Amino acid sequence: MVGMLAIDLRHLTKRYGNVTAVNDLSLAIRSGEIVAFLGPNGAGKTTTIDMILGLARPNEGSVEVYGLAPVDAIARGYVSAVMQNGGLLKDFTVYETVRYTASLYANPQPVSEVLERAGISHIADRRVGKCSGGEQQRLRFAMSLLSNPRLLLLDEPTAGMDVEARREFWSAIREDAGRGRTVMFATHYLEEADAYADRIVLVRQGSIVADGTTAAVKSMASGRTVRATVRNADRDALAALGGVTSVELRGDTVLITCTDSDAVARHLLTKTAASDLEITANSLEAAFMALTGDAEVPA
Amino acid sequence: MSTAIPTTAAERTSETQSLPALGGFNLTALALEIRRMLRNRRTVMFIVVFPSLFFFMFRASGGGANAARIQSYVLISMAVYGAMVGTTAGGAAVAVERSLGWSRQLRLTPLRPAAYIAMKVLTAMVLGLCAVVSAFTVGALSGVRMAPSVWILCGLAAWACSLVFAAFGLFMGFLLPSENVMQFVGPMLAILAMGGGLFVPLQNLPPVMRTIAQFSPAYGVGVISRAPLVGGLSTAAVASVVGWTAIFGVGAMVLFRRDTARV
Repeated sequence: MVGMLAIDLRHLTKRYGNVTAVNDLSLAIRSGEIVAFLGPNGAGKTTTIDMILGLARPNEGSVEVYGLAPVDAIARGYVSAVMQNGGLLKDFTVYETVRYTASLYANPQPVSEVLERAGISHIADRRVGKCSGGEQQRLRFAMSLLSNPRLLLLDEPTAGMDVEARREFWSAIREDAGRGRTVMFATHYLEEADAYADRIVLVRQGSIVADGTTAAVKSMASGRTVRATVRNADRDALAALGGVTSVELRGDTVLITCTDSDAVARHLLTKTAASDLEITANSLEAAFMALTGDAEVPA
Repeated sequence: MSTAIPTTAAERTSETQSLPALGGFNLTALALEIRRMLRNRRTVMFIVVFPSLFFFMFRASGGGANAARIQSYVLISMAVYGAMVGTTAGGAAVAVERSLGWSRQLRLTPLRPAAYIAMKVLTAMVLGLCAVVSAFTVGALSGVRMAPSVWILCGLAAWACSLVFAAFGLFMGFLLPSENVMQFVGPMLAILAMGGGLFVPLQNLPPVMRTIAQFSPAYGVGVISRAPLVGGLSTAAVASVVGWTAIFGVGAMVLFRRDTARV
């Protein structure tokens, strides 16, 4: 398995009518990596995951999962997924759902074991329709463990969960992660990407805009923006302040991206005639802007 | 086959996964599926309670010398009706499964589409069998008397011919992605049953209606199922069952292909 790619996407493009959901996306994920697929809603995360799973066919490009076409990788149990929503029958119990799914594999993991690992043994006899969103999500996780997959794909696994449910879900995933499984999860929560991934792939409008270690990507999103009205601002002087990563002038408005907003604010208020000063924490959207250099996106 | 992908000692996950036999078709899944369907109170109402209720309502319609024969006639028709509803419900379950995303979930497993359809058809046929057996049990307990061979042949015919409606259910299930598909299909079945002479004997209908009735998918099933009792087995009846099964089967196949291609 050394050197083998878990996921190999080459020049993937997927169009729905006039909308290009995924645009010439190439991505290689090595076996054993834990990768966050991070981006706003509509960035093409789910479409990409659907193509990795063979649930959607690309218009152009190729998908390989452990060197196989998606459908073959699924048939062999190399890959499984926790989808965002749906996919459960309300009138099966939790146990029946897992038992049914297990019966479809040649060598499934024991049902009781996956229920235990997903932390839902205590609700095994509950009807799926009576389970909370978090419990249903852990049920999907249990189902995804049945084939003991090499690659686990999670599509916005904690969407709609409360904080407690989210914490429990991730602790179940984390307990499981020590087994050398490759994990790729889509999320729009920066904190989740930060806490659980070793690598972050940022997508926007169907393309990868950044791909790097968690620390590298996070530093781009963790700064603050100081905005103020300053007549005849001295751009170079502002850029020379400690911790300033970028200075943008829009007429009399200056936008300063920095890691030490206190120092920048102090400078502006004491050394210049700045007024209307605002400090905002950089959002993910701001990180995208920094990464793509796309000033067209409204702040 | 499975050795094509080398593994290392470090790789602890899915060392050797082989493909499931029969594309994933198995009796555990089938049993769970049947149990789930039979747990649905509405389904049981339609396939067990209603046909029996109709039997008690309609059997009183004939008196005199032919009373016993009319009772048997009505009972067989109601067994056919129950089997129709049961098999249709079994097939139409794919609509619910599509609308809930279960079909999509199953595509993340090794289950082959053909194995899925086979399990659906078998589930439908088991529901149809439940309907026939329960209707006949109620009939026998309430005094219907027929020769053993007539009971068996009528029952088998009603059950086997309801395959038409398993195909019909699948067809509707792939046509209508709805959680409440039976709310549309239930009334349709009642109309088809009426047209097929299950509620009112065809000879009591005006000639025009009688001609139209022969095109109901329920027509052939009714005629064949009653034949051991009253005779009248015809080529038209056999053609009705074979033809409609083929039409719905092919229709379901086409819709199914469209469904999986539309990804």
